[in-house]
Amino acid sequence: MEFPAKTFRVTRADLVRYAGASGDFNPIHWSDRFATKVGLPGVIAHGMFTMALVGRAITEWAGSPDAVVEYGVRFTRPVVVPDDDQGTEIEVSARVREVTEDGLTRLDVTATCLGEKVLSQARATIRTTR
Amino acid sequence: MSLDPSFVGRTYPPTAPYQVGREKIREFATAIGATDPAHHDLEAAQALGHPDLLAPPTFPVIVTMAASSQIVEDPALGIDYSRVVHGDQRFAYTRPVVAGDELVCTNTIEDVSTRGGHGFLTTRTDVTTVGGEPVVAVWSKIVVRGEA
Repeated sequence: MEFPAKTFRVTRADLVRYAGASGDFNPIHWSDRFATKVGLPGVIAHGMFTMALVGRAITEWAGSPDAVVEYGVRFTRPVVVPDDDQGTEIEVSARVREVTEDGLTRLDVTATCLGEKVLSQARATIRTTR
Repeated sequence: MSLDPSFVGRTYPPTAPYQVGREKIREFATAIGATDPAHHDLEAAQALGHPDLLAPPTFPVIVTMAASSQIVEDPALGIDYSRVVHGDQRFAYTRPVVAGDELVCTNTIEDVSTRGGHGFLTTRTDVTTVGGEPVVAVWSKIVVRGEA
């Protein structure tokens, strides 16, 4: 079974807001000057912000904000966020890998930006019965 | 960046309690666009059986990232934080975090390795209430990039 794909738009304003809310003020997430100095292609989204957006998709698919029992990702490629009003887009999809007898559903999740995979081994276990 | 493998298995002292506030949950949920009422409205959270506002799944990183400074700033380990990138992240929840929780983190170094000039450090953070109730276990792998 596959879930309908979801698309999240990410702009610089979102990164600044996430930095404030999460307390992660690493300048690679808001300063082009700093990001390029350390060899990045530009300002990149916090990996944890991408993970949080994917987490939103998972809870929305699950139909409950407290359904997630386990959730893990590997950050494989940075999400570069240009300094304009459009920003960039992250597309998220998932398919069911397994439904266990004790009411858990294991998902394989895919997240891409500009057609490139930004997370790998993205997996979640959700509770399907309360 | 070569990391000392003898740090594997090391457990750090529990961190000072982090008090999870309602407004912090609302702020974090708003920042990630999580509009479910259980993150914002007390009655909606209680209707799901929670004592207070429900935190989104990745919220615990606020607590564990602050706690991990214990490791990444450990002078004996000698990590250059300006060269650190995030590799893996995983959460295994006993129950969701809710407002009013007072959370304590206990950090353990699970794995240290060096490959291709880069250092890799995997930590497990056991997040419990001050009363010792397990809430979530959090694994994080960081990569310390070598000099090019």
